[in-house]
Amino acid sequence: MTIAPFIIEVLQFVILLCVAPLFAGWAKMLKCWSQGRTSPGLFQPYRDIVKLFSKDVALAENASWIFRFTPYLVFGSAVLVGGIIPILSTDLPLAATADVIVLVALFAIARFFTALAGMDIGTAFGGMGSSREMMISSLAEPAMLMAIFTISLAAKSTSLSQMVQVIYSGQSLFRPSIAFALLAFILITLAETGRIPVDNPATHLELTMIHEAMILEYSGRHLALMEWAGMMKLFLFVSLGIAAFFPWGIAPAGDLAAIPVAFIFLLLKLCIAGIFLVLIETGLAKMRLFRLTEFLGAAFLLATLGMLSHFILE
Amino acid sequence: MNLHLAAQIISFLAALVLLTAFGMLVQRRMYGLIHLFAWQGLFLSISTALVGFVAGKHHLYISSLLTLTLKVALLPYILHILVQRLRIHKEIETVVNVPTTMLIGIALVIFSYHLTAPVREISTLVTRSILAVALASVMIGLLMMITRKHAVTQIIGFLAMENGLFFAATSATYGMPLVVELGVALDVLIAAFIFGIFFFHIHTTFDSLDVEQMARLKEGD
Amino acid sequence: MALLILLGVPLFAAAVLAFVGDRKVAPEINILGSAATFIAGIWLAFEVYVRGPMLSGGKSFFVDEFNVYLAVLTSFVSMTTAVFSRRYMRREREHGRVGHVGMRFYHAMFQLFIFAMLLCLLTNNVGILWIAMELATLSTVLLVSLYRTPTAIEAAWKYFILCGVGIAQALFGTVLLYFAAEKVLGEGGDALLWTNLSRVSGSLEPTVLSLAFVFLMVGYGTKVGLVPLHNWLPDAHSEGPTPISAVLSGLLLNIALYALVRCKALVDGSTHTHHAGDIMMGFGLLSIIVAAFSLLRQKDVKRMFSYSSIEHMGIATFAFGLGGPIATYGALLHMLVHSLAKSSIFFTVGHASQMHWSQEMDRIKGLIKGNPLVGWGLMFGVMAIVGMPPFGVFTSEFLILTATIKDAPLWTPLLLLGLGVAFAALFRKVQPMVSGDVPSYQKPMKVAHLPVMLHMALVLVIGIYMPDFLNQWFHKAVALLR
Repeated sequence: MTIAPFIIEVLQFVILLCVAPLFAGWAKMLKCWSQGRTSPGLFQPYRDIVKLFSKDVALAENASWIFRFTPYLVFGSAVLVGGIIPILSTDLPLAATADVIVLVALFAIARFFTALAGMDIGTAFGGMGSSREMMISSLAEPAMLMAIFTISLAAKSTSLSQMVQVIYSGQSLFRPSIAFALLAFILITLAETGRIPVDNPATHLELTMIHEAMILEYSGRHLALMEWAGMMKLFLFVSLGIAAFFPWGIAPAGDLAAIPVAFIFLLLKLCIAGIFLVLIETGLAKMRLFRLTEFLGAAFLLATLGMLSHFILE
Repeated sequence: MNLHLAAQIISFLAALVLLTAFGMLVQRRMYGLIHLFAWQGLFLSISTALVGFVAGKHHLYISSLLTLTLKVALLPYILHILVQRLRIHKEIETVVNVPTTMLIGIALVIFSYHLTAPVREISTLVTRSILAVALASVMIGLLMMITRKHAVTQIIGFLAMENGLFFAATSATYGMPLVVELGVALDVLIAAFIFGIFFFHIHTTFDSLDVEQMARLKEGD
Repeated sequence: MALLILLGVPLFAAAVLAFVGDRKVAPEINILGSAATFIAGIWLAFEVYVRGPMLSGGKSFFVDEFNVYLAVLTSFVSMTTAVFSRRYMRREREHGRVGHVGMRFYHAMFQLFIFAMLLCLLTNNVGILWIAMELATLSTVLLVSLYRTPTAIEAAWKYFILCGVGIAQALFGTVLLYFAAEKVLGEGGDALLWTNLSRVSGSLEPTVLSLAFVFLMVGYGTKVGLVPLHNWLPDAHSEGPTPISAVLSGLLLNIALYALVRCKALVDGSTHTHHAGDIMMGFGLLSIIVAAFSLLRQKDVKRMFSYSSIEHMGIATFAFGLGGPIATYGALLHMLVHSLAKSSIFFTVGHASQMHWSQEMDRIKGLIKGNPLVGWGLMFGVMAIVGMPPFGVFTSEFLILTATIKDAPLWTPLLLLGLGVAFAALFRKVQPMVSGDVPSYQKPMKVAHLPVMLHMALVLVIGIYMPDFLNQWFHKAVALLR
């Protein structure tokens, strides 16, 4: 039993924890540049997290155990997901235990508990944020599953490593089902990670916030964990997209020497993804809440079309 | 260019045609509709030219050029002028809401796939699987005509249906004989002129292009 | 040669009338053009009678007994309609309902419409059949909205959209037909020629042809006015100028049915089952019942008679679907006499509505006293159309009924029900119109005598004595449609 896969696994965890805030900072920097402002710097998220960890927790009197437990759960599930997605290499021991459906379920648990925590204290903002979040997720989750299924139809397996290997091995890009799934995935990423046009991550206005409303009551180390988990979620979705649709550069199983190269490729792809993300964010305006059903319906439609075209056209 | 690659590109274009059909189904803004229609025509003419290249049928080049001039340039231009002159409201109301329309569209795609199964079995062409997409575009055009209340949208649905039929002709049979295609194109052009005239009549008489206004002829009245 | 004149004259006349259509002499040019077309039609019919079915124009045109008799009918009715339209449109013009441009447009489109119908009948190419059918629709769309009233525009819009949708389905059916034909006949224009297709119909793929027939049925069936695709018909036929209603009811429906029957012949040859016929029978019967019951609710006279057209086309479709020599003979005869009787009715109704300046049946009264020709013309016309002996429609309906009792006895009650209800409804509605005293607002007018009398005489003659050549013609056509 070789030790190499476990080292790769640990390496992935480390990269996840360290690079996720970097990616968030990169996105923020690009956004500020595109809007003509001075950015707070690439490493500001790190400083924010460190600052938050050193502060006290201000807890409401009627907070239950759910409120205290949720940040740890959310953080833990994000880290776990990082163990399944082939960020650096497809040779992950945890991949054998969990496939894409488990991934979706892990995110679902995190979201469920966040929503509960939002309602836990009993403030109006929290409840509002929770209900909005649930509405979005009830529409986004089928779309996400459909998109994932489309890719897994092509790869004939739901294991992510398997998918990456199949796509890596040279099926051409022109498959309509994959193209549709990619479009659907982009829309879903925007919805799940709470970026514009679904939700503005920088707002605290009652009219517009969704994710922020749920974590409004958190402070200190709890808030640090939630924020970090949020950054990790964005990182994970982007790397999931990269792994599923643009897997070139990921080290194949058993090839240790390719890991550093894979890391370089990863950074490169993250840079480009960040640019792309910011282009979407600056180009679009936040949608009205009632229009979100159409947005997510379109995502579902695209994913279903992808699945259908797999059967019809391929 | 080998057959396999060409088949994949054609499949990809077919998927894009279907995507534009759905896009038109849910699009609210008038200019967006016209642009989507032009894109659909573009994908169609590229696909036809490609099929002509692969199968060696030169009359398909002429059809492709015809589609290009008619459906990508001329008709969108006419529609654009109409929308401008009539100062049409950008918003269109629908009979059913947008997500339901999308679901019905998906159901139609599945239905057309089933319906064209016998043709798929006996065809030997590289484009045989595209007949389902073509029939689906026809049905989605039909759905668009049924669920929209604005006269211009109904006409665009009609034209989208014609697009689907043209696509069906190229995918099932490598294109109909040229004389027939020319005739069909002529009919489409005449229809375009007629509906242009129509819009002005409707607008002057009803002062709006909402089709619901034209519901006076009823039974027993 | 005859063919060339037959197709060329309407086209030429359309071009001429586009420029001079609003002059005083325009209706006369219209009549002259139609008369020349009719003579060419007779000539062509004679050639076919002597020589049998013939290909012309290098296989592009095919003339056999089935379509030549329809061609003669078409040119005849358009000639008489042109005569009627002279008086009628002059009155409309005087009353200010149509302007200069409208008259030019009207005359030009009238001739173009005739050209499209004749092309539809005589072409050998199934694709060109479709194109001509679409052309016929398009040339009449703007004619329906000629008066520019809100209801007219609505009727024309419905006509355009519904027939456009229907015809698109027919195009898809034609594509599928071409697909099946290509396998056997190779590519190119030859695969769409009806003569070739009927020759090899046994080897065409049955599943594809059945699918194609469904689309063709929906497509051309919309143009025939079969329920449930008939919504455009009452509006379109009642809102346009009466001559247009006459040719639409009398001729275009026939031609759409002709296209449908040609396709059915191909499908039958391929599938060797009765599916196509069953579908036609179903639609036909549905049309008969629905139209018959709708007749009771009408208040507008032209609308009522267009429902009557739907019913009669339903009878013809039913008979063609039933198949067999008696039913087919009956259906062919029915197409002929219905066309003559219905257009005659529309002529009288047109004059009646002009006398009262209204199409509401409540407003039209005392026709026999006010203008005997119009009154008695309408009376006889209605008697003819409901199938009373000794008129020709009785013969055709009797034949169809006999065939139904023989081949499909279970459907006979429904058929009888439809016929009976229509009989009662039409009489009940027309009776107050023709009898009674002359109301004060009725205006006298000069009417076009000739068309009505000619049509009614023909229907009567055919009812009593079937001329030999006509008999032979029908027999040959029946043989072709086996």
